[in-house]
Amino acid sequence: MDLGHLLAVVVGAIFVSNFVLMRYLGLCPFVGVSKDLDSAVGMGMAVIFVMTLASLATWFVYTYLLVPLGIVYLRTIAFILVIATLVQFVEMVMEKTAPALHRSLGIYLPLITTNCAVLGVAVVNVDEFMVTGIARNASFIYTVVHGFAAGVGFTLALVLMAAIRERIQLDAIPKSMRGIPITFVIAGLMAIAFLGFTGLRVG
Amino acid sequence: MQSVLARSVVSLTGLAAAFGAMLAYASRVFAVRRDPRVEKVLAALPGVNCGACGFPGCQGFAEAAVKGDVAEGAVCPPGGNETMVKVAEILGTEHAQLVPKVAVVHCAGGASTSVQRVTYEGIEDCRAALLVGGHPKACIFGCLGLGTCRSVCPFGAIAIDEEGRVRIDAKRCTGCGKCVEACPVGIIELAPRDMRVHVRCSSHDKGPAAKKVCSVACIACQLCVKKCPHGAIRMDDNLAVIDYTKCTNCGICAAVCPTKAIIDEVKVRPKALIGSRCEGKGRCKEVCPVKAITGEPGQRHEVSRGACIGCGLCLDVCPTRAITMVGALGPQKERS
Repeated sequence: MDLGHLLAVVVGAIFVSNFVLMRYLGLCPFVGVSKDLDSAVGMGMAVIFVMTLASLATWFVYTYLLVPLGIVYLRTIAFILVIATLVQFVEMVMEKTAPALHRSLGIYLPLITTNCAVLGVAVVNVDEFMVTGIARNASFIYTVVHGFAAGVGFTLALVLMAAIRERIQLDAIPKSMRGIPITFVIAGLMAIAFLGFTGLRVG
Repeated sequence: MQSVLARSVVSLTGLAAAFGAMLAYASRVFAVRRDPRVEKVLAALPGVNCGACGFPGCQGFAEAAVKGDVAEGAVCPPGGNETMVKVAEILGTEHAQLVPKVAVVHCAGGASTSVQRVTYEGIEDCRAALLVGGHPKACIFGCLGLGTCRSVCPFGAIAIDEEGRVRIDAKRCTGCGKCVEACPVGIIELAPRDMRVHVRCSSHDKGPAAKKVCSVACIACQLCVKKCPHGAIRMDDNLAVIDYTKCTNCGICAAVCPTKAIIDEVKVRPKALIGSRCEGKGRCKEVCPVKAITGEPGQRHEVSRGACIGCGLCLDVCPTRAITMVGALGPQKERS
């Protein structure tokens, strides 16, 4: 493990294989919560938080439960179980101990419970860092950093989209294209722009 | 093979059971005390989150109502009395009845009746149009017809017709008042729902000036003020204004208005019919505002069905109670 490789993981998760624009995961909140900038930022923060925690939790479940028992084929079910429990648990703790934080983030947490981007980050973690012969300690750090960076990438895409949608709100868009349709067109154009990052070499 | 099956079932079941137990425990330890009445009040509210009550959505209203922060006589505009009675039942308080309201646009000027000062070709929004170059119509009091009210209406009750006039669907309108707030020229008002005669003009211009820019403007001739049998119309700076607490929907003002600035929405009005008990005292003839009653003194009088506007004034003055109203009844208030 070296810092260069770690930087490559971060840049890769944010730009090169952005979860929304390159992997096409988490499109539901991407379209649904991108109407205004404030809620996009709130949602983004919640996703970063949950993705980091989910990476952490699923690493433990995979390394200390699924691998020793030889049932790695059940990882999807196990991960959903872990993530859903984790999000519910965090929401409860947050409501009790930090009501202010719960008011700003809490409303987005249930949306993320079974979000495919969060499950996706756990599965990608396994494919990239756990079955590729990386040492256990290193794979733990990669996993958590990747989870955090994937959340940042999601937030970046969401915030960009919200800003664009706020700007085009008063533009003369044909009636049939208003709302969701134009959002998908924009998402496609953004994905083409992000395709440019594919040529990026880091580390 | 069997061992893999056993391992899978046991480990995942164990995992799920452990998580379940953890959540159950956490829900006790981290339980936040919530007033169960909030949920009940929330269920009774319409749930459209329009914010017309002044609270942030239905949840905010429910929380405030339970805390007792909702002022006496306050109302959920879309839900109306029914909802407030339900809420009052849950909270064990009294709720004073409120007159249900409907939005009324005080302007009937369309493309063919009103003079346009400039042609506006910008963002389809009244507020934007006013910012760009002032009012596009020559009458600065009138409706711009660009549909800001339509876009803020949460119930789709507002339409703009081909003339550029605002049409409010009273069936869909809940009287939430969002359009009243949004209209930049302030010509929308919440009127009692059973009121069907409205002044559809907001121009404070003097008669000739108003007439010059709009053929359906109130020209402040004061005919309606003089003819109104209930004293419900007053002049407010060259504009006739109906006092809805006195108005009886008789429609006389609409019938006498020379520019048709007052519009009578009662579709079918009843007609007066003079029966055989008539002794020809002629009181009805004197009081009839549209001169629909004819007859010699001492003889049975007759009502011209075409001219009668169904105001019912003759009903009150007939000494022999010979007059009845026939035909479909519009919403009429009881007379004393």
